[in-house]
Amino acid sequence: MEAFTTLTAVAAPFDRLNTDTDQITPGRFLKNWDADWAKVLFHDLRFTAKGKERRDFVLNQAPFREAKILVGNTNFACGSSRESAVHALVAYGFRAVIAPSFGDIFFGNSSKNGLLAFTQDAAICAKLREQLHADPGATMSIELEAQRFTGPDGSSYSFEIDGFRKHVLLNGLDDIELTMQYEDQIAKHEAGLKQEIPWIVG
Amino acid sequence: MAEPRTMFEKIWDRACILTRDDGQSLLYVDRHLAHEGSGRGFARLRAEGRKLRRPDLTFGTADHYVSTRGPKLDDIADPEMRERVANCGPNAEEFGVTFFTLGDPRRGIVHVVGPEQGLTQPGLLIVCGDSHTSTHGALGAFAFGIGSTEHYHVMATQCLWQRKPKTMRINVEGERGFGVTAKDVILHIIGEIGAQGATGHVIEYAGSAIRGMSIEERLTVCNMSIEAGGRAGMIAPDETTFAYLKGKPFAPHGDDWKTAVALWKTLPTDAGAVFDREVTIDATGIAPTVTWGTSPENALPVTAAVPDPSAESDAGKRTALENAIDYMGLKPGTPLTDLSVDGVFIGSCTNGRLSDLRAAAAVAKGRKAKTQTIVVPGSGQVKAQAEAEGLDKVFTEAGMEWREAGCSMCCGFNGDIGKPQQRWASTSNRNFVGRQGPGVRTHLMSAAMAAAAAVTGKFTDVRDLEENT
Ligand code: SF4
Repeated sequence: MEAFTTLTAVAAPFDRLNTDTDQITPGRFLKNWDADWAKVLFHDLRFTAKGKERRDFVLNQAPFREAKILVGNTNFACGSSRESAVHALVAYGFRAVIAPSFGDIFFGNSSKNGLLAFTQDAAICAKLREQLHADPGATMSIELEAQRFTGPDGSSYSFEIDGFRKHVLLNGLDDIELTMQYEDQIAKHEAGLKQEIPWIVG
Repeated sequence: MAEPRTMFEKIWDRACILTRDDGQSLLYVDRHLAHEGSGRGFARLRAEGRKLRRPDLTFGTADHYVSTRGPKLDDIADPEMRERVANCGPNAEEFGVTFFTLGDPRRGIVHVVGPEQGLTQPGLLIVCGDSHTSTHGALGAFAFGIGSTEHYHVMATQCLWQRKPKTMRINVEGERGFGVTAKDVILHIIGEIGAQGATGHVIEYAGSAIRGMSIEERLTVCNMSIEAGGRAGMIAPDETTFAYLKGKPFAPHGDDWKTAVALWKTLPTDAGAVFDREVTIDATGIAPTVTWGTSPENALPVTAAVPDPSAESDAGKRTALENAIDYMGLKPGTPLTDLSVDGVFIGSCTNGRLSDLRAAAAVAKGRKAKTQTIVVPGSGQVKAQAEAEGLDKVFTEAGMEWREAGCSMCCGFNGDIGKPQQRWASTSNRNFVGRQGPGVRTHLMSAAMAAAAAVTGKFTDVRDLEENT
């Protein structure tokens, strides 16, 4: 998995409130595990029923096509647990999403796929989106180690991220290897299970 | 004396193997539920030469991709989906997993099957690669949905890294009025607290209205915790829970049963335990409820009218309301009971159980559907029980379609979808844009209300129909 250290890239504003994961990757694409996820991203918002680009959709406007940072709105990626929502954002090229709040499952999935998601005050997010609309193609910079980013106008902000997610992202770590370092404790827990609730163990 | 703890904390403490300094906890999964989508995880285990760590704690069922038009593999029109379903049996055999695939009478929607088979039990930590795993909390389990990377991680390690969520108690007090179902209660709660009202929290539902509910009703409530933003939802186990579980195939038997019940009785939240948030809802004020918009929080009594966005002062919210009204093809001020429907879906893990079908049949009996109506039992067992009671006849005599068990139109993966701009009354849990087909307008409601919409052709306060009979 690609490690995340620093990033300077075009940022796109995404104004929609409560964007559910059905909008990010519509259900009918999910059966195909090898789908072209970059194409599926926001499919029905991005394309008409005939497959033509909707001109008013932000990622269909020239400078935003290159975006690697998305500034979203409240409750971004709520709804279905489909991890394809993260896969599609990553496949398209996004490395970071900033929003006032996220759907819990999406938030948990993001770092496991090298996508940095962090929350920021709703007023700041609104300001960032406004600035990005006013100056299409403007870039933002993120420094994960320092937990800081700069907005399109050069203002600097700090952000919160828990140590574990930060560690996994900074090192591009695989979860399973990390977990198996605790094999002894896991085995001990399993032995206890057999004592305490033997009827669930086969 | 030990600190008083919430039920959630008791389950968490038992399942927690260790907590790192940074606050991440390694949790042990007692039950891992799989479905067709898990085929990808099995393929990856094979490719990476890993073992499924605990086949005995892994159970699966085919639900999302199966056809509801017929019971056979060949009934699945889409070749990719057919292959996914066909792979369930061989995968299960190779990895030693109990899997209810096509042809198994126990097969059904994972969140219907788990409780029905007694796989779901109080105090267990249960995960599944589906967000409505919160359903299982109705029996006092801590159950939540996970993504595919986590799903694979559980397959390989039986563990999961999580940060401890916050706790929230929703007290629903008072007696429900005539014609008010568990679905109305949960839609009303989401309408009150909002679609992100419980974000980051595990909800415990409590209060007299919850204690008075059957297990099937509690399952409906916990199912939609995710629509309120919650990580999970749970209800303390009690005599109703024990009576429900007793004798179920995978429930403990004999001496184990006694040990289990004694253990389960220690689970309810201790007096004096503190929740991060508490909300109280007056059950007596809840009416039969429908959603009008594209977020589950757009819930209103069926007696209300489409809201007027110009009354909203927040610009962002106003735009969201305008977009929802536009997508749903509505006009502000229109009474909801003036809206006619093009189709009705009765089913899903929210309302696809026997009691839901009985409620729908009670309304349908002796009447005729005015529009296409699909009735999809939540599991093979529900289907068999409904048929034994003659409910299938009631539906077919009313001109409704009686289908095979599965997720069907809840997610539409199997091709059960509506047509653009059609208005559907649906007993499922999500009214998102395009959820039930591109352009389809979904209104969520109870099984009785959906049946009332079917026989009148428009949204109808089911109390009017029921009082008349
Ligand atoms: S019925 Fe709907 S919500 Fe339930 S498991 Fe199936 S798709 Fe998910």
